[in-house]
Amino acid sequence: MTETEENIIEVKNLVKKFGNFTANDNLCFEVKKSEIFGFLGANGAGKTTAIKILSGLLFPTSGKVMVAGYDVYKHRNIIKKNIGYMSQGFSLYEDLTVKENIEFYAGIYGLRSKEIKFRFAELVEKLGIQDMQKEFVKSLPLGWKQKIAFSVAIFHKPKLVFLDEPTSGVDPITRRQFWDLIYEAVENDITVFITTHYLDEAEYCDRISIMVDGRIDALGTPAELKQEFNAKNMDEVFVKLVRNNNLQNE
Amino acid sequence: MRILYRLILKEFKQIFRNKIMLPVIFIIPFIQTIILVYSATLELKNSDITIIDMDKSMISANLISKFQASPFFKVELMSYNEKEISDALLKDKTKAILIIPKDFEKNLRSGIPVKILLNLNAIDSQSSGLINIYVGQTVLGIFKDFKPFLSKIDLEQQMPKVDIRPSYWYNQNLNFKFFMLPGILTILVSMIGIFLTSFNIVREKEMGTIEQINVTPIEKWQFLTGKLLPFVLIGIFDLTIGLLFGIFMFDLPFEGSVYTMFIFTILFLIAGIGIGLLIADFSNTLQQSMFMLLFFFLIFILMGGTFTAVESMPDWAQAINVVNPMYYYMRVVRSILLKGSGVLDLIKDFWALLVYGITTVFVAVWAYRKTV
Repeated sequence: MTETEENIIEVKNLVKKFGNFTANDNLCFEVKKSEIFGFLGANGAGKTTAIKILSGLLFPTSGKVMVAGYDVYKHRNIIKKNIGYMSQGFSLYEDLTVKENIEFYAGIYGLRSKEIKFRFAELVEKLGIQDMQKEFVKSLPLGWKQKIAFSVAIFHKPKLVFLDEPTSGVDPITRRQFWDLIYEAVENDITVFITTHYLDEAEYCDRISIMVDGRIDALGTPAELKQEFNAKNMDEVFVKLVRNNNLQNE
Repeated sequence: MRILYRLILKEFKQIFRNKIMLPVIFIIPFIQTIILVYSATLELKNSDITIIDMDKSMISANLISKFQASPFFKVELMSYNEKEISDALLKDKTKAILIIPKDFEKNLRSGIPVKILLNLNAIDSQSSGLINIYVGQTVLGIFKDFKPFLSKIDLEQQMPKVDIRPSYWYNQNLNFKFFMLPGILTILVSMIGIFLTSFNIVREKEMGTIEQINVTPIEKWQFLTGKLLPFVLIGIFDLTIGLLFGIFMFDLPFEGSVYTMFIFTILFLIAGIGIGLLIADFSNTLQQSMFMLLFFFLIFILMGGTFTAVESMPDWAQAINVVNPMYYYMRVVRSILLKGSGVLDLIKDFWALLVYGITTVFVAVWAYRKTV
């Protein structure tokens, strides 16, 4: 039980198969409360599949998966109350304004109008979007869409938020701003589970796992991994891991 | 309830902002009603008929003028030429060719049975059947007119022994518009209900927003009810406008009560939308849902009695209609409008639609997967 209290995610021998294809091959890892957990891997390594299982969008084939203290087989709806999720694709309604999107999703989580109003005023203040709140999402630049999607994902104050490549396609400055939001969320006791292709972003994480071909081939803090692979930066760690794997396959 | 309110609010905002959907829902149905009610008629008017008079007698001339005077026919005369006859039918110059044989009058007067040949273009079997009946009646009319001259023949034999005088209840003049208008309204209402609901959900699948909904703790029934209710309301709105249109533009009678109409419309919309929800459950793209919807919709319309009489369908086809919500609603709408039936008169249809609606919505909720 003490373990569960410390770990917000516990995954043991998670396997997910699509027909003959094994997307997640015996994954084992834990995510601690209030840490930033980086989930890295090449395209098609199985990251999104794992995220979907953790957030209750997919059923695992086998293995034990506990999220926020609940079993994903049995208590998916309780888990859903406790997590936020920002997908690769766009989760915002393009034909609704920023304000309407937030009101809608917050309403679905069961927040009361008063509470929504209060939190929204805070958010507007924090992001400085006084002028933007009544604009349609489709007219916003990509970077803003992503910042707002993130705000939607944590608006109901979940214990844990899953971010699936939240910063892909945006400029370095916006990415920097996005990470400020992530740090702020962590300060508010929200655990962050993030996948990314930017390896410099991996350095911002407390711990990282690297997936190759459906397996987790490396797991540790950025410093530990760099030491283990005798690499100067995460880039090198990643390349070495993936190249090793390719050599083995040949 | 709060969650449902948020869902419905969002749906209406999106519908009212969509510059294409808005006219589809609120304007096009009425343009369609006007066009279809005026044009889609099964009444026979101004049918081209070619008459070849080989007798050139007084009676034959009289027969021709009878045809010419009839509102049902547009007469053209032709002389006998086999090639021209087949040409005229082949090239669609005429719908029917009536040949009055030589010695028509002479034989009639001397009591010899006469034969008139009617060649019909039966590609459209419905109208050729009608032409046949009308021609027969016109020819029989001639016998009556010339009765004094034809004393030698036994008229009793030539004419129907029983004089049937039909009295058409509930639509005394057999006004075709009174038959079509409820049918067209039903189609419009169900199209809006079934298609829009289904497309709406599938669109969320295509846009990816459904994934965001699925990671929330929202209950499946809440989500689907949030999709169903807005379109029930829109369907009722469209029907109301359509009925007002019919009443004021086409003098459509409204014998029954408004509240009976609404009860059945709500039941029908829930049943129809239930099917739309089910189809949305099983399709991932608009294309898939479009084809599934069209498949069901065509069967529903064509078998439901909108244009044709259900009673004349084979038994197995009538059995299929048990699962056709349009079959119940179509009958109900016509009965309420023309006959003034109340809920108790239509209690069987009431139960059928109620059970249908509950079942489809229930199955749709059950089959909806929050997992991908």
